Amino acid sequence: MDWLTTVDHKKIAILYLLAGGLFFGIGGIEAVLIRLQLIKPMNDFVSAQTFNELITMHGTTMIFLGVMPVIFALMNAVIPLQIGARDVAFPFLNSLGFWTFLFGGILLNLSWIMGGAPDAGWTAYTPLSTTTYSTTHGVDFYTVGLQIAGLGTLIGGINFLATIITMRAPGMSFMRMPMFTWTSFITSAMILFAFPAITVGLVLLSFDRILGANFFEVANGGNPVLWQHIFWIFGHPEVYILILPAFGVISEVIPTFARKRLFGYSSMVFATILIAFLGFMVWAHHMFTTGLGPVANALFSIATMLIAVPTGIKIFNWLFTMWGGQIRFTSPNLFAIGFIPTFVMGGVTGVMLASAPADFQFHDTYFVVAHFHYVIVGGLVSGLLSGLHYWWPKMFGRMLNESLGKLSFWFFIIGFHLTFFVQHFLGLMGMQRRVFTYLPNQGFDTLNMVSTIGAILMGIGILFFLINAIVTATKPKGVADDPWEDGRTLEWAIPSPPPEYNFKQIPLVRGIDALWKEKMAGNKGMTPAEPLGPIHMPSPTILPFVMSVGIFIAGLGFMFSKEQFSNSFMSLIFNNWIVVIIGLLITFGSMLLRSLYDDHGWHIEVDELDEEGVKA
Amino acid sequence: MMKRWQAVKRLLPLLAVFSLLLAGCGREDLSALRPQGPVAEGQYDLMKLSITIMIVVLIIVFAIAVYVLIKFRRKKGQTDVPEQVEGNFKLEILWTVIPLILVFILAVPTVQKIFAFGDDHYNEKGSVQVKVTSHQYWWEFEYPQYGVKTAQELMMPTGKNIAFELKTADVLHSFWVPSLSGKMDTNPDGTINRFSFSTDKEGVYRGKCAELCGPSHGLMEFKVKAVSPDAFDKWVTAMKAPAVLPKDQALAETFKKSCLSCHAVGDQGGPVAPNLTGIGSRESVAGILLNEGQDGGKPVKENLKTWLEDPQAVKPGNKMPAPKDLGLTDEQIDGIADYLANYKLNY
Repeated sequence: MDWLTTVDHKKIAILYLLAGGLFFGIGGIEAVLIRLQLIKPMNDFVSAQTFNELITMHGTTMIFLGVMPVIFALMNAVIPLQIGARDVAFPFLNSLGFWTFLFGGILLNLSWIMGGAPDAGWTAYTPLSTTTYSTTHGVDFYTVGLQIAGLGTLIGGINFLATIITMRAPGMSFMRMPMFTWTSFITSAMILFAFPAITVGLVLLSFDRILGANFFEVANGGNPVLWQHIFWIFGHPEVYILILPAFGVISEVIPTFARKRLFGYSSMVFATILIAFLGFMVWAHHMFTTGLGPVANALFSIATMLIAVPTGIKIFNWLFTMWGGQIRFTSPNLFAIGFIPTFVMGGVTGVMLASAPADFQFHDTYFVVAHFHYVIVGGLVSGLLSGLHYWWPKMFGRMLNESLGKLSFWFFIIGFHLTFFVQHFLGLMGMQRRVFTYLPNQGFDTLNMVSTIGAILMGIGILFFLINAIVTATKPKGVADDPWEDGRTLEWAIPSPPPEYNFKQIPLVRGIDALWKEKMAGNKGMTPAEPLGPIHMPSPTILPFVMSVGIFIAGLGFMFSKEQFSNSFMSLIFNNWIVVIIGLLITFGSMLLRSLYDDHGWHIEVDELDEEGVKA
Repeated sequence: MMKRWQAVKRLLPLLAVFSLLLAGCGREDLSALRPQGPVAEGQYDLMKLSITIMIVVLIIVFAIAVYVLIKFRRKKGQTDVPEQVEGNFKLEILWTVIPLILVFILAVPTVQKIFAFGDDHYNEKGSVQVKVTSHQYWWEFEYPQYGVKTAQELMMPTGKNIAFELKTADVLHSFWVPSLSGKMDTNPDGTINRFSFSTDKEGVYRGKCAELCGPSHGLMEFKVKAVSPDAFDKWVTAMKAPAVLPKDQALAETFKKSCLSCHAVGDQGGPVAPNLTGIGSRESVAGILLNEGQDGGKPVKENLKTWLEDPQAVKPGNKMPAPKDLGLTDEQIDGIADYLANYKLNY
């Protein structure tokens, strides 16, 4: 119950981590099944239809329900601490964002047991995703589930924008903000602009499917290329929404374990903003073969290539952060160091893909599959694993086991390169993506086998991480405030795990890497910026959970509003929109309750602070 | 401009090495790394240039990374604090400008080729026009200049520009013959694409569908057969000849009744399903059951029987009804397979 009503950002971070980890596991199992099907030519391990459901659900789950929530977990766990705040700007919304994400994700995955998972690819290109060609409820689960989950993401993004703009500790100007906070800030801004685009697309598609609209129905004048524009104007920025926080993690971990400040801080900030800006300008590079014409192709080619410049700045800045430092090879740092060459490889193939005439060959082949897995798995997942190992003691008060951490790193990185490096060649040799099988003797057989073995190794690496987390959870809490000893930012100035209110007194920030600066000045901790006083806390509430349940029920009702049930009671309540109305009543009723009931929260008094302030 | 060429010159030896390495990759009739026509060659040149530039970048980054990781490990008992460097303006400018130059080197030929390949040759004199229509899960090729329609096997004369007009009859597909050219999507009316390619080398090239189009997306293959212009002309004549029907009257009736309502042979039948004229001389049945002569191929009749016995088992989700469900007996199926296998064109 405590967990259903919490509005504390640290607890919500753990909820995000658990839910994200669960969906990541489901997506990972789907990935292994995909690779097992492709281990040999003309394999019949799964059927063609099931395979298409697997690839669709793998992509959708990993992007929306696997990595996004883990990013949000890190952002929730770290950002308020890094900027010296007591919570996020809107704790109630923070909780609402989590629950809508979770119920959206559950709805999407219910498709596996409720008659047909989505099968039109994670991009859901029309007309394949219209009712004419996708006759199960699969794509309905996709459109409705993602709208609900997307709502949570959008709420989270707005919340972090507000938090970072308004709640920084005294002295922390924008140009003194830690890099992870910076990249999360830019990511949140991108979410604000990109997610409405996909939401509009999903709404239009569900209107087509459920209410018989004709936005994409060719026979009635709809335009399938329109869907591609809408999808990618979200889809491309989404890649940067995902990767920027990973950049942030790397920018925190490397300086800590090199004992040096980040090289070229201001150029890093500048590069981040530039990447975000260019990220919105290049969506049509996913559509070179759609036939946009030479002028559009040329412009989008060049714009895409330009992204290499700010990204290159970042890579060299990281390398030169380590130059002249004292590098420690802890498990978070191993993932961070592994990230750099892997991400560079994903980046350079990105530039290759940007060259439109060459992309006519690369597009929709395993070369692309290799490229984006280098970016998203080799880049983002490495970054997240690095961040999780790094902040685990802060989140849970326990250190992850270093040997297990290193073991999972080596399995992961070797398995990863084995899986995806060979896929570049598969693509160039003529293997298209999203094929459930392939003819023998085309030169694909050995490389596919290697790729599958790699995927299994990678899975073992992730299992080691899971074991590590479980083993660690059984140990007693109580690591030092600054367990890595070279912590530079504010989160390392408070106990691990932090008390409910984070900072007894909001600290005064005197420069970049605020804690490091105090350490170098010979101070024991941060100087407070305010006198000790009672701390105002928000009350826990069940309303966000109830509101999300309401949206979930309404979503189900909407999806099945045209279904012919054999049971007349079911037909009655679904076909007459009764379920939708009940769901919406629950949600709007909770909103009304929230508006009418004036909740002032509660206070932690000074004498309590003194008791709790003593470290365990 | 001079500077750019100098950079390119420096990259030339590397380029040569990569062409040798990459050329070993894949089949001649399938791999984008072994181009058999000018369009694929142009695209391959761009790939080589980009791979070369990227490998140079990788070597530099990896070298710095390895050096840093070896040189600057924390030694035991090291407690002094390294100098906290803020950054270096000159260095940062350096790694902004160098990538810009590299991007420029790649961007110039990219843009040149975008416009070169974007030219519309469809109405040019001497081009062979082909209207490609994609269906779940087969390809229709119409030659409007010759009044000929075929399926699954694209015939093309060598040395001539084949100008395509691409569209789809249902969902999106993508038309791809890696060793001859990159792919192009087939969209519905309103966003129809045109492009062209050619080859001087006779042979059979493998073509694929590259856009997810349903369960049998991975099986939506086709063949491109490049033959001499003379043979092509003879093929056109043979295609236009009146349909040859089974000699056995009863079988002919069954074939007309059960098959020709959708399929066509010669001047008879309908346009709903693949045209079967001369199917016995094609390289494959249904695009994926390879016939004798192709790598791992089986006799045509055997493949036809496999297909006719259970079309869903070969290509799940396709629209052909199983002949048995239409009331055909095993003998009739065998008879039709035999007839089709022997329906060959002389060219």
